[in-house]
Order: sequence, then C-alpha cells, then structure tokens
Amino acid sequence: MGLLVQARPRRLRRPDLPVLAVLVIAAAVLMPVLVLALSWLGDESAVWQHLAQTVLADLVLNTLLLVMGVTVGVLVLGISLAWMVSALDFPGRRFFDWALFLPLAVPAYVLAFVALDTFDYAGPVQRLLRETLPAFSGGSARRPWLVILTLSLVFYPYVYMLARTAFMAQGRTLMEQARILGLGPYAAFWRVALPMARPAIAAGLALALMETLADFGAVAVFNYDTFTTAIYKSWYGLFNLNAAAQLASLLLVFVLLTLALERLGRGRARFEQQGARQAHRVRPRGITPWLLTGFAGSVFLLAFALPVGRLLYWVVDSAWRDLDARYWGLIWRTLVLGSGAALVTVLLALLLGYVRRTRQHRLLHIAVRGATVGYAMPGSVLAVGIVLSFAAIDRFLTQTFGVGQVLMGGLLALQMAYVVRFLAVAFGPVETAFERVRPRLIDAARTLGASPAETVRRVYLPLLTPGVLTALLLVLIDVMKEMPATLLLRPFGWDTLSVRIYEMTAEGEWARAALPSLSLVLAGLLPVYLLMRRTRVH
Amino acid sequence: MSPWLKGGMLALAALAISACSEPEDTREVVVYTSRGDHLVKPVFDAFTAETGIKVSYITDNDAALLTRLEAEGSNSPADMLITVDAGNLWQAAERGLLQPVHDDTLKAAVPANLRDPQDRWYGLSVRARTIVYSTERVNPEEELSTYEALAEEPWRGRLCLRTSKKVYNQSLVATMIERLGEARTEEIVRGWVDNLATDVFANDNAVMEAIIAGQCDVGIVNTYYFGRMQRDNPDMPLKLFWANQGEGESGMHVNISGAGVTAHAPHPEEAKALLVWMSQEASQRVLADGNMEFPVNPGVSPAPAVAAWGEFRADDLNVEVAGRRQVQAVKLMDRAGYR
Repeated sequence: MGLLVQARPRRLRRPDLPVLAVLVIAAAVLMPVLVLALSWLGDESAVWQHLAQTVLADLVLNTLLLVMGVTVGVLVLGISLAWMVSALDFPGRRFFDWALFLPLAVPAYVLAFVALDTFDYAGPVQRLLRETLPAFSGGSARRPWLVILTLSLVFYPYVYMLARTAFMAQGRTLMEQARILGLGPYAAFWRVALPMARPAIAAGLALALMETLADFGAVAVFNYDTFTTAIYKSWYGLFNLNAAAQLASLLLVFVLLTLALERLGRGRARFEQQGARQAHRVRPRGITPWLLTGFAGSVFLLAFALPVGRLLYWVVDSAWRDLDARYWGLIWRTLVLGSGAALVTVLLALLLGYVRRTRQHRLLHIAVRGATVGYAMPGSVLAVGIVLSFAAIDRFLTQTFGVGQVLMGGLLALQMAYVVRFLAVAFGPVETAFERVRPRLIDAARTLGASPAETVRRVYLPLLTPGVLTALLLVLIDVMKEMPATLLLRPFGWDTLSVRIYEMTAEGEWARAALPSLSLVLAGLLPVYLLMRRTRVH
Repeated sequence: MSPWLKGGMLALAALAISACSEPEDTREVVVYTSRGDHLVKPVFDAFTAETGIKVSYITDNDAALLTRLEAEGSNSPADMLITVDAGNLWQAAERGLLQPVHDDTLKAAVPANLRDPQDRWYGLSVRARTIVYSTERVNPEEELSTYEALAEEPWRGRLCLRTSKKVYNQSLVATMIERLGEARTEEIVRGWVDNLATDVFANDNAVMEAIIAGQCDVGIVNTYYFGRMQRDNPDMPLKLFWANQGEGESGMHVNISGAGVTAHAPHPEEAKALLVWMSQEASQRVLADGNMEFPVNPGVSPAPAVAAWGEFRADDLNVEVAGRRQVQAVKLMDRAGYR
C-alpha cells in the first residue's frame, strides 16, 4: 500500500514481489497461447499451399472488410449513444442509459440467426414485400453489410460502456470551460470531450474488434468466410490441428501489431480528468430530442427487442416443453461460473493495473500486454491450447507423483480458461480507471496529511469503482455466453445454458435453443441493471 | 495478494480437488459424445435403470472431443466416444484412440458396411442425405434421378445447397470420389456450384425454407431435418426423393452416428456392455426415433412417420470412406469454388 500513495511510478531495476506476481500471471495466461505457437515446429506447407491456392485471399479480404466495417459501426453507435445518455436530455434517457448495454447479453450468433430468419429471402419481411409489391423480387440477405451491421449491434456495448463512463466522469467543469472559451456544444464534443475519452474508446474498440476477429458462430450463420473459417476448415475439415494453430497464432500477431499501433498513436499523451460532478444535461430544442429517442430506440429494438421477441415467440410456441427441473441447475451453474470467474478475473486485472500504476520495469509492459491477448483467439482454439497444456501438466504429475487427473475435468481448469480468455475484458476498464487517478490527486492527499489507507479509501476507491464494476459486468456476461471452453473443460454434470444452446443448434434445432438462449439473456438482466445503476455518477 | 484473492483461489482449489476425487464405489461408464444431451440421455437413463451402471458424459463437437481424448492419453477418464458422423470415428481409430470390440451380438446387429472393418467403432443410427424438392415446381418422375444429375443444365439457377464446411456434405463428396473418381466428382461439384440459385446456406433447414419460399426448386438435405419440419408443418409443398436408386446407380448416401470404446478406457467391460445394449431393439428405437433417424439394426423398423417416406436402397460402400477421403473431398470442394 505504501507504493500506492507515491505520486509517480517507481522505476525498478530488479523486479520486486508484485512485479514477479504479474510476470507469473502473464506466463500462466500465455501458456496456452505459447503451446499453440509450438505448432510452427511442424511443417504444414501442404495445407498452406492448398489454402493459398484456393480460399486464403478471399478470406483475408473478407476479414479486413469486416474489421473496418465493425470499427466504423461500433464507433458510431457506441460513441453517439454514450454521448447522448451522458450529455444530452431526451425522452426515455434514464431507460436507455442502462438498456443500451443489454445487447451484449445476446450472443452474437443468436442475433445473426434471428436477423437472417427475419430478413432473408424466405423470411417474413421479404415475403410481405413480395406479396404486396409485385415488382419486388428480393434476394439473399447474406451480404457483408448485414454481417457488419449484426456484429456492430452486438459489440457496440463495449465502446458504449467505456465511453459512457469516460463522458460521465469528465464532469461539469470541463465542458463549462470549453463553453466559456467559446465552443458550441457540438464543437465542445469534437474538440474536448471526444479526444479526452479516447483511451476509453480505444479500449472498448479493441475489445469489440478482438471479439470480431475471434467470432465464428455469427459469421458461420451468414456463411461469411473469414480468417477463422480457415482455422476451422484446417481443424475440422482437414483434420489438421497443427495448421489451425499456426493460423490462429498469425491472427494473434495481427492483433498485437494493431494494439501496438494504437499505443504508438496515443503516444505520450496523458488523459487526466477533473472531478466527477455531472454536467447539466443539454436539452436540444425542437423535435431533436424525439429524434434522439428514435435513434436510441431503433438500436435497442434491432439489437435487443427483435432477438428477444423472436426467442420469446419460439419459447411460447414450442420450446417451453423442454422446461424441467434440470433448468434451475443450468441457470444456477451459469451464474456461479460467471460470477466466480468475474471476481477472480477482475482481482487479477486490479493487481495488473496496480503494479503497472506503481512500478516501471522493462518486462512489465510486455507482460501486461501479453497477459491480455488471449481474447483475440477464437474460443475453441484457445480452449484446445488450454487442454493441451493442462493435459501435459497432468501427465507430468501422473508420472512424478502417481496421481490421476488434477487439472483436466476440474473446476479449476475451467476457471483458469475463463481468466485466460477474459483477462483482457477486465483489464481494459480497470486500466482506464487507473489512468483517471492523477498523480496530483495523490500529491494533494499526502499534503493534506491523509494516511495511505485513507488515500486508498478516499481517492482510489471512488475513482476505480466505476471501472471495476464495468469490468465485473463485462466478464460476467461474457463468461455466461462463453461456449467452447465451457464445453471442453467443464466437469461432468456442470452443464450450463450455453452448453444447452450448443447442443440444440448443433442439431439444427434453433427453436428449441430459444429456451436456453432466452434464459441466458434474462439471467444477465439483473446484474446489468444493478451494476449500471451503480456506475451512474450523480 | 489480497485476502480475497487468496480466499477465492483456495475455494477454487478445494472445488477442483473435490470434483476430481469422487469415490468409485459404483460401476460407471464415462462417455464423450457429440450427440447432444437430449438425444443420448434417454438411452443412458434406460441403461442405468436396467444394469445399475451409471453413465457420466460430456457433450462437445467431434473435433474438440478428439483433441481432448488424444491430449489426455492414458489419463483420460473416457470409456466411450460417440460421434454424429463416420469420418470422425475413422479419424479417432486412425490415431489409436479406440480399441477393437469383437462381439457377435454387436456384429449381428450392425450391418458390415456401417461399422469399422477392424471392429473399433460401430454405427448406432443411420443418417440419410438425399434430394428434397418443391412439389409445386418439380416433376420428380421426369426430372429427378441422381445427385450427379443436379449438376446438369436443366437445374441452372434452381439448386440450393448447404455449405461445404458441414461434414455431411464432405462425406457425400468423399463417397462420390470413391465411386466416380476425383476428376468426375470435381466436374459434378463445379456443376452444382454453377447451378446454385443463391449463396450456399448455413444449415439444412434454411435450404428447405428457401425451396418453400420459391428461391430455388431442389436441394440436398439429411432426412431428419425434413422430418422435423414436416412434423411441425404437415402440408408443406416439399418432398423427399430417394436419390441414385436406378439400375447400376450407387444407392442413397448414408452416414452414421456411432460409437467406439476408447483405447485407455478405465471401465472397458461396462463400456462394451453399453455399446452392445445400444445396438439392441429398445435403445435403437430411442436413438433413431428421438431424432427421426433410421435404426442401424435391420431388425428394427423406423418410426411410423419415417417409415411413411417409403423404402430405399442405401449405398453399400463402407462408411469409413467418409473419413478416409474427407481431406481429399474438402480440398476438391475448395478448388471447385463450393463454399
């Protein structure tokens, strides 16, 4: 705690205990990734040659198009909505404030399936158009723009959540100063609020893009082939896990480069912020408030109400028949796994953020970065990396101590998998929150004679709380939705809602998958509502 | 480290240990299955009720289960692997993950072409993949005959297919390669691609919905998807056509959902008992009827709704070809531009 109340990070020549702890965490998190990197020892040139000659060029182009499209999509949606709920006043604002986060509770492939079910040639919209307009012939809705729109609608909450926290924290004084200096409200947004929220927005965007790159479920519904398609083709189709691992590690290199570029672009700029008194919200004149309501409403409708409504229809229509006593167990285990993983992951993220905040060491930066790349790996590939490394450790333990399986098939392995996968999700908001703790605040606290404990309680805690709650919520929702690692690593009997969704969709029974999907969304509602209320700044 | 963190870690460790150290006083079988919970649990429950042997299982996709089985090696708790296609069973056997089960009851129940020639895996239910057509726009007697014929000129712009990434299509093409040779098969697949009315779909249901909506006239699907849709909507303008039934033609393409006993099974006797039990009439009915598939045991008749589609002659090639030629099939479809 002593270090916490030092204003500026201490430069360490030799790593001390907390730094070592971070290095150990990073090594543990990187282990499954490194196991996959070992795949390069094998020669898979035959697979590479085949992919290069047939599909690879298209896949790379498709992936780039998707990444660019989703970037624009989540930035436009996330920033505009976050700005609206934090700085403007319009009818329904208090509702949209938390409701606009809800789409994150809808798994991407569920929205993808519902979108196609609704808008493809055989769906109700085109059917109605064909019946009413003789000139309308329609066509396939499995187009890049609908894939981009779908993923943007699912992933914008990452940007929304982080940008909203940033905008709200900017407070009254900052915007008042901007206005006094003669900026109009919109100029104040573009020239002051937006640049200052940039680290938060970048963190949210990074999460959204890593999800996009790792996604397989949603693009598979559209049969939109991306780089992950090549990974799964090599693994499932060509029975070549090694080649799949090589492709997946290339994807990670791409992500690391992108993250490094963003850091570079941010340079040495520091984004320290004023106290958090909420600005008066501006109520635009005329019909503008209603237009804002309309915009927020359409996003909510498309990203949440439409899929949930469709799920509800299926449940009422037929899927309720699957409802039995085992269901409570599914919901219970989903929540237990989710909240357990959220707590552990966020605690580790806090440790990472704290060490980063208080110490400087060459290895530290690399270790922290390394500890958070797991997120960009397609979930099932990462799960395999974990299985390979845990099974190897188990074999070693068996040979040395004669014990059976220790890691595999236990809850510990599953929790570790969640940490590996979602540490990045927790670290983004936590790191952004640490950046809000200005060295000057610590100086002031010390000058005023605050004890270290008091500094932590009265400076750190209030400033960190919104970020920590955001992190808890994101990890909780993500773990609840998580499928491949849960499937592969769960102990016998630890079925969750997403396991049930997988089993139904794998057999093409989408209507029956509606019951677990809807339960998943509903189970996520309460934590979203409670935590969003807590992150409001009054 | 904060006390919370320590507490959490300790609690997790305790949970992990308690999950691993269950006493083994009851007889049990541990199953890794890619056949979903709702399709296997009734069979397992009945087995437990009859024999007292407990069945524990996890569900996942074939590739993931195979990888886990292989990584765990002799440490694996698994006694049995159940998959939803022959290709993955062949692959598991190739990698030495399955052990042979020589049992006369089992061999009598499962036709020779629906099990491993070396007895390492056995089919448990039959999944047939055939042609489905619009009753409004297709005259089956005059227009329909074989999978191959769907590559011909009259079907230009009238065909709907599911993605080549699905193993069922890979198995179909693998069988065609075995029968017709690689060059001829590639020609056919290119013909299919040229005849497509729209991009390939992600699943068989979407293919049938597109035919009903008029986007195309004909497609290739597994019969149980058709069965489920027909159950919910008996009057739909859609029918199955048994492909390749003519003189000198191959017979309809079939695949299996099947199982094998793992090489390092801790409970091999119990696993064999379960395998044999699943090939017998009572569980054959549950396995097949639960998903409107065909029983693998020729002595067991299919469910009435399935039997109502009529009889067919199935391809008599051993289904292991689906595994043996899968890689070749995937590469061929990539070359032919079949996404």
